[in-house]
Amino acid sequence: MIRNFFIIAIVAGLAAIFVTLFWNFGDSTTLTPLATHYADKGAAEVGAPNLVTSIVVTYRGFDTLGEVTILFLVASIVSFFLKREKLQKDIELKRETSEIILTASKLLVPIVMVLGVYVFINGHLTPGGGFQGGAIIATAFVLLLMANPDFKINHRIISIVESVSGISFVLVGVFGILLAGGFLDNKVLPLGTFGKIFSAGAIPLIYSFVGLKVGSELSNILSNFQGIQKEEM
Amino acid sequence: MEIIALITGFSLILIGLYGILSKRNIIKIIVGFSLFDTGLHVLIVTVGYIKGGTAPILDSVVGTTDVASKIVDPVPQALVLTAIVIGLGVTALMLAYALKMYQAKKSLDISDFKDMKW
Repeated sequence: MIRNFFIIAIVAGLAAIFVTLFWNFGDSTTLTPLATHYADKGAAEVGAPNLVTSIVVTYRGFDTLGEVTILFLVASIVSFFLKREKLQKDIELKRETSEIILTASKLLVPIVMVLGVYVFINGHLTPGGGFQGGAIIATAFVLLLMANPDFKINHRIISIVESVSGISFVLVGVFGILLAGGFLDNKVLPLGTFGKIFSAGAIPLIYSFVGLKVGSELSNILSNFQGIQKEEM
Repeated sequence: MEIIALITGFSLILIGLYGILSKRNIIKIIVGFSLFDTGLHVLIVTVGYIKGGTAPILDSVVGTTDVASKIVDPVPQALVLTAIVIGLGVTALMLAYALKMYQAKKSLDISDFKDMKW
């Protein structure tokens, strides 16, 4: 009883704060000075039509490197925690996988993977980017695992793809120090024609590495969660 | 438009907090954390909304001149992109811990885990 009272008091207190915030919310009509700089100079300085991408990959590229590092840490901690030590047994299926999901997975898995690659290669032109594309690739693996519960994702290929793309991401950044303005500067490669796929310097390259890395890390996490199901609980 | 987004964000945060505080099942607590996260993301994107602005993509409609008067603020959107990825990582870690806790005590009830409580 007293516990419920405290919970309701805390939630109601936060709700009261939110109500004042809500009534005092003023519509903004102009951009902040920082955003104005990105909006007016972004096309000339970075050359990517998608301003969110130019902020994420170039203006705040260091943040993105940290973000990728955190995702890598999560993947390694999860695989450390869910390490399989005990005797494995096959999963006893309650029933067979349905015909619909089997057929659909055969048809859809390649298409979903191609969509993921499309989303991360076009990250500087359209909404999307490395993280979104990587997540789409991981959903293809989810579909594969749902259709074939005994499917094993090849850990060797995944770890090779992940480490190669991670090292290449950092190397592109270091080339930025040597050849252009600083770490992760995208002018390592020529800026090209505005709005074309091979433009915006190193952004398509960096986002492809990020996409491959995120896709392989998420698939690794998924395969760890799948593997522990076989352990005796 | 921003009123709907504000109400959605604030209610998602409150629902998430209520779930975190009141539920006993660890999985439900994790769902509460995810709801809280989502509400915060909606709120941060709403703060960057400019009345009448369009998406910050310089296509044929926006053009490349006088961009600042036509688009919404791209900075909160970039920050939310980072926050979504971190939220995903935190959720994956919490689920892994929940699995290990279930293996240790065969229970997902939070009140069965009193070892670190004083």
